[in-house]
Amino acid sequence: MPRKHLLGIADLSPFEISMILDLAESTKSISERTIKKVPTLRGRTILNLFFEPSTRTRLSFEIAQKRLSADTVNFSVSGSSVSKGETLVDTAKNLAAMRPSVIVIRHGVAGYPHRLAKLMDASVINAGDGFHEHPTQALLDLMTIRERKGQVEGLKVAIIGDIARSRVAGSNILCLSKMGAEVTVMAPRSMLPYHIKKTGVNVAANLKDAITNKDVVMALRIQRERDSVSRFPSLREYNRYYGLKMEHMQYLKDDCIIMHPGPINRGVEIDPEVADGPLSVILEQVSNGVAVRMAVLLLLLGGRNIYEVSD
Amino acid sequence: MKLVIRGGRIISPRDKIDYIGDILIEDGVFKRISQKPIELSDALEVGPGKGQTKSIKKADKVVFDATGLVVAPGFIDIHVHFREPGREDAETIETGMKAAAASGFTSVVTMPNTTPANDTEATTLFILQRATQIGLINVYPSGTITTGRSGKELAAIGEMAEAGIVAITDDGDGVMNGTIMRRALEYSSDFGIRVISHSEDKTLSAGGVMHEGFVSTKLGLPPIPPQAESVMIYRDISLSKLTDVPIHIAHVSTRESTELIRRAKREGIKVTAEAAPHHLTLTDEAVAEMDYDTSTKVNPPLRTQDDVDALIEGILDGTIDAIATDHAPHTTTDKEQDYVEAPFGIVGLESALPVCLDRLCGKAKVPLELLIEKFTLGPADAIGLKKGGMEKGAAADLTIIDPNKKVTIDASTFYSKGRNCPFNGWSLTGAPVCTVAFGQIKMIDGRII
Repeated sequence: MPRKHLLGIADLSPFEISMILDLAESTKSISERTIKKVPTLRGRTILNLFFEPSTRTRLSFEIAQKRLSADTVNFSVSGSSVSKGETLVDTAKNLAAMRPSVIVIRHGVAGYPHRLAKLMDASVINAGDGFHEHPTQALLDLMTIRERKGQVEGLKVAIIGDIARSRVAGSNILCLSKMGAEVTVMAPRSMLPYHIKKTGVNVAANLKDAITNKDVVMALRIQRERDSVSRFPSLREYNRYYGLKMEHMQYLKDDCIIMHPGPINRGVEIDPEVADGPLSVILEQVSNGVAVRMAVLLLLLGGRNIYEVSD
Repeated sequence: MKLVIRGGRIISPRDKIDYIGDILIEDGVFKRISQKPIELSDALEVGPGKGQTKSIKKADKVVFDATGLVVAPGFIDIHVHFREPGREDAETIETGMKAAAASGFTSVVTMPNTTPANDTEATTLFILQRATQIGLINVYPSGTITTGRSGKELAAIGEMAEAGIVAITDDGDGVMNGTIMRRALEYSSDFGIRVISHSEDKTLSAGGVMHEGFVSTKLGLPPIPPQAESVMIYRDISLSKLTDVPIHIAHVSTRESTELIRRAKREGIKVTAEAAPHHLTLTDEAVAEMDYDTSTKVNPPLRTQDDVDALIEGILDGTIDAIATDHAPHTTTDKEQDYVEAPFGIVGLESALPVCLDRLCGKAKVPLELLIEKFTLGPADAIGLKKGGMEKGAAADLTIIDPNKKVTIDASTFYSKGRNCPFNGWSLTGAPVCTVAFGQIKMIDGRII
């Protein structure tokens, strides 16, 4: 793959997306062995820069890197206190001077990884930027759907939650649409961008309509930490009108799968009985996260011979 | 000292002149404008591409050859930020004045959001003193509406007016308190100065950084709804009606705003309005096309093509009285932050005329005479300046334009300290080639004399 960075699903062709997923099937097998390590990225330095809190994504990237034998360095800081006084350009120059092979970055402002990438020799992987994109999340979601459903084209997928500010929704809408799925979104009007229909998705009027006859139902995390101005009255009321609950199971297809990017707010966007129920694939998503991130790292770092991973 | 501008197409909307002729300037004032040649013997002959610029200052008699050029009253920019006092690293009164003179402007109205804000007689006098020392062009300071631009209590409006401000505004922020705005209109009218409204409801813009639309959704940046502007414009128009005091609306950027102003004018409300070159030519797509480049971050934000079209309609039908640059230089360091952290603002002076001549006169078919009106008579009347014409005996300010000159915008060569220009690298047709202020040639071919 000639691509140097993974900044967003927006840049990827369906072919590239399929290629990542195909490779992820191989990398997944590494995690299923007793010795979960291959030497492919030995001697490569990878920086994980997290300017926003993250547990799962950061761990997932780090595990993926370690299983490929890369040297990983983590830097986490919440808020922008560290970036104060240093411009984005200076940050980029300093990082570049340390000669990493890859920089994995999460930042609270959309476009930060894109601008960083322009100033870097290293490959940049966007691990979430503002309300914009979170490409590896969409890829791992797609991998989970493909594993369960065999194919993605023609599937009906519902995404429920803060569509306006969710980068998971941003990347998933792009990714699923590119792969031929039909996406329906549902959110309180106060969390739905006015121009969402231009992305080609359907907008459902209520939760029941959104989930009826769908192959996949994805609930998004309500970002409690993210808003000062209230977009809905309370978490209780959110759960009442927009939370996935047992009473909704009757509208779902028997083979519907329920997804969530995590971490779950139990009893807010999804009830415990649903999250832990037979339709839930939430933990498979987490496993696939490692596989997809391994695949992305391999492809960005020149690919070499991808069969090396199965040695 | 005598100066003759020879053989140019003279266009002055205020004086209803549009013919090829000569202008005689003597001792800094307009002496004669004539379709017949005005002779000046033993004069130094200058013009674009003719060199000799070093001798101009010493010469007692100068003839400027304006054949093939357009000669207009000195252009007026009623919305510039010169950052001094307080942020001399971003711009100074001197670099700002040079940027203005280099780009064809002979008069500017400076915004008061300096550090400290211009909310006192002392700061006003300081600005005027600096401007007089430098002397390139006319600088008209504006003062704040409220002390420290806090929106809470009226600043020393009377004393500032006496010291020389021409208008009051809290530009950079709107005045959220309606009663304060009402009292500002009432009180300022006793002193004969204008109120300029930065129309923004902060509770609606709510931390946004770009226009709310499909592009903001695509890019994942916090959005500013256009209503943050239009609801405040409606309030201020309504207050102008209540108080019967004129109001000037700064940097109009949306269709809805334009329509509100058009309707108010039809009703006879004393409202005037300006639009900025970037709002007349760029859309929110620029943020995506330039890949989050912070030189596209400006307040009000770049809007949609429909808004651009509405603003141009406003230019054509007189709803928009003036084009003003909202020249807002920032240091490269400040602009090299992420898109949320970086300050709002576009450095506007040195790209203004090429952008307007090429995109408005060239592409959008705005007649050149009308464009000149928007830079002369329009802004002068909006702020109440006795400027923008060629009246005999008046201080002679002229802007001479070559409508066919091809230029490429290069921000690294600006006289301004600001480099935050989204037009950087654009190749355009039409540029100012000479600036005359106080009856003296201050710029030829983009270089300050």
